[in-house]
Amino acid sequence: MSVTNLLENWSEFRHKHPVEDVPHDPYKWAMSIDMDACTGCNACSVACYAENNLPVVGKEKYAHGQSMHWIRIERYWPEDDREFPDQGAQFLPMMCQQCEAAPCETVCPVGATNHTADGLNSQIYNRCIGSRYCSANCPFKVRYFNWYDYPTTENVWPAEMVQQLNPDITLRSKGVMEKCTFCIQRIRAGERSVKNEGRILRDGEVQTACQQVCPTNAITFGNLIDPDSKVHQKWKAQRVELDVDEQVKDKEEGGSELRGYRILEELRPYPSVMYMERVRESAI
Amino acid sequence: MKDIREDIAWAKINKDVLKSLESPRKLFWVIIICALAVFGVGIGCEVYQYNTGLGVANMDNPHVWGLYIASFIFWIGMSHSGTLLSAILHLMHADWRKPIYRFAEAMTTFSLMTAGLFVAVHLGRLWQLYYALPYPNERGIWPNFQSPLLWDAMAIFTYLSSSILFLYVGMIPDLAICRDNIHTGWRKKLYTLLSLGWEGTDRQWRNFRVTYLTIACFLIPLAVSVHSIVASDFAMSQQPGWHITSFPPYFVAGALYSGCAAIITLFIILRYVFKFEEYMTLPILKKTVRLTFAISMVWTYLNLIEYATVWYSHDEVAKAVLLQKATGTYAPFWWMMNFLGSIVPLILAFKRFQTHIPVLLTVSLLLNVGMWLERWMIVAPTFSHGYYPWTWDHDQWPSMVQWGIVFGSFGWFTFLFMVFCKVFPSVSMYEVKEMVYHRSLATKRLEDTRMEASEKGAH
Repeated sequence: MSVTNLLENWSEFRHKHPVEDVPHDPYKWAMSIDMDACTGCNACSVACYAENNLPVVGKEKYAHGQSMHWIRIERYWPEDDREFPDQGAQFLPMMCQQCEAAPCETVCPVGATNHTADGLNSQIYNRCIGSRYCSANCPFKVRYFNWYDYPTTENVWPAEMVQQLNPDITLRSKGVMEKCTFCIQRIRAGERSVKNEGRILRDGEVQTACQQVCPTNAITFGNLIDPDSKVHQKWKAQRVELDVDEQVKDKEEGGSELRGYRILEELRPYPSVMYMERVRESAI
Repeated sequence: MKDIREDIAWAKINKDVLKSLESPRKLFWVIIICALAVFGVGIGCEVYQYNTGLGVANMDNPHVWGLYIASFIFWIGMSHSGTLLSAILHLMHADWRKPIYRFAEAMTTFSLMTAGLFVAVHLGRLWQLYYALPYPNERGIWPNFQSPLLWDAMAIFTYLSSSILFLYVGMIPDLAICRDNIHTGWRKKLYTLLSLGWEGTDRQWRNFRVTYLTIACFLIPLAVSVHSIVASDFAMSQQPGWHITSFPPYFVAGALYSGCAAIITLFIILRYVFKFEEYMTLPILKKTVRLTFAISMVWTYLNLIEYATVWYSHDEVAKAVLLQKATGTYAPFWWMMNFLGSIVPLILAFKRFQTHIPVLLTVSLLLNVGMWLERWMIVAPTFSHGYYPWTWDHDQWPSMVQWGIVFGSFGWFTFLFMVFCKVFPSVSMYEVKEMVYHRSLATKRLEDTRMEASEKGAH
């Protein structure tokens, strides 16, 4: 960001429509989540707490809605006459959708949340002043604010627990916004390690924490540009495209037989996470 | 019902107005100490919140904005009528504004200063507030010029600084009168300094007029743009209940509305306390009341338009938010806001109440309660019934810390306003003299024509 950007190409610099955007090269990180496979076991959420140094806020603050789960398992109950023992909940893991045209990015007064070249929605903790406009404008409400000073005054990690903190991740102080990063520390470390070999990351070389622990392999993460990656193949099989606000297949005959969709696509945030609809009966 | 007398002596005007600056009564000190105590409560809450974190305000993760933003809009809104009276009506040559615009303009400045506090209180990292300003730095990092919040910060700074300038420039001839009539103490020094050597020469008056008119012209678009930009904070976002095209004019109307109601309240108080019956006359009050009534109907119309456009649109989400406002947890406040904002002002349509002091005092206070609720009802319900179903089963109520800070802001405003009234003349002396002079000229002209006519008849 410089004066030149400011005077000459500010709108271009800040806001590129994904269609006109330079193609992501060589990476575009994306996910696909199979809700038929999800059992709602919450392992992803626990793994995320461990990997990303998320504070466990405790019962009282959780009841106030001040919890910090970057990935959360939401429960939905099908609307029929059956009650709980006869029907089970349906689960939906929800995390930052890493939108290509993210509503949170344009509204931040200080530019603390930006788009990276590899298609991530980044958050700069040092720059954040805590106006919380990003969260107000997020359609998915996946941004979490540090309502208290968890590392120090709240003492979430007492001395004996400090050893379990992930050294690759900074601890966030009070008054800043945070959210799922697609485990950017793992991506960057992976990129560095293959740089010496003069190649780019292969599929499966970087896994997000939630993906790694998922017992049913419901979460697939990878490089959407790489035609050999699983995530690319899944998106292709479901005929879900990144840079449209309405999938072409939905209009075609038989297209809706496919399970892939993106949440709140019609708002045009161009999310990078594809969900695959649940078709099996919800079990207890 | 008497209007300003045209034979009122200029020396009497000086005497009456300067009297309001003299030795405050005991009650003044009592009220000012109470106001400071209330402000102290707010400061205490803020210190606690600053040290502990914003969580003590009882906001949570989907509901990230609360009373701070609502009160911020309220105070910004309050500031608009001062400009309406002093700048817009000045350009329209509305004579009746002259005795009352000074305190309205002071109200503008002080409510802007109060609104500024809420920006600070709302931020998670107050100590980094300056990041939001476009200051030059060697790293070449700028704030995000796309963000309505940044426009807000800049618009408010501009509006505040030009309001202060306008208030001050308009006061210079009066400060000179104070300087010439008060001969001792720190006041003498203060007025001598502030009156900038004003002597009332022709050249000074000419320059003064040009300057005053220029700032007035500059201020009008600012006043409209400031609240439009505050509206943009919501209208530019993507959320249901906020993403509404008519928000900027709706906000401006709401701002003028609450401001006019506040002017009526302060008018009545000042008139009683300083015995300004001869200057703040009932016909002037009547005109202000009629103006308020007109604006309240504009606001009602825009409000209904908002409901109608949401209702007849095919935006199911926005519709759900509207339904939730009318039937959900916020329903009592929402209905109260509609009642206070649209039904109560109908009282002002009756002629007999347009000059009825107790009724007007009550109504004007009620209108402002309604307008405060309106701001809250814009901010809060969207968070509890947004696009995403996960947010739907959460309820969020402000904690005592949040209420304490809102409460404290009223103390701060009262304190500033009371100090102003005792240090600066709250009625514009030179403009009242002008008004009296113009009226006497008009009467004289009328008599002359009558005399001419009678003389002609005689010949």
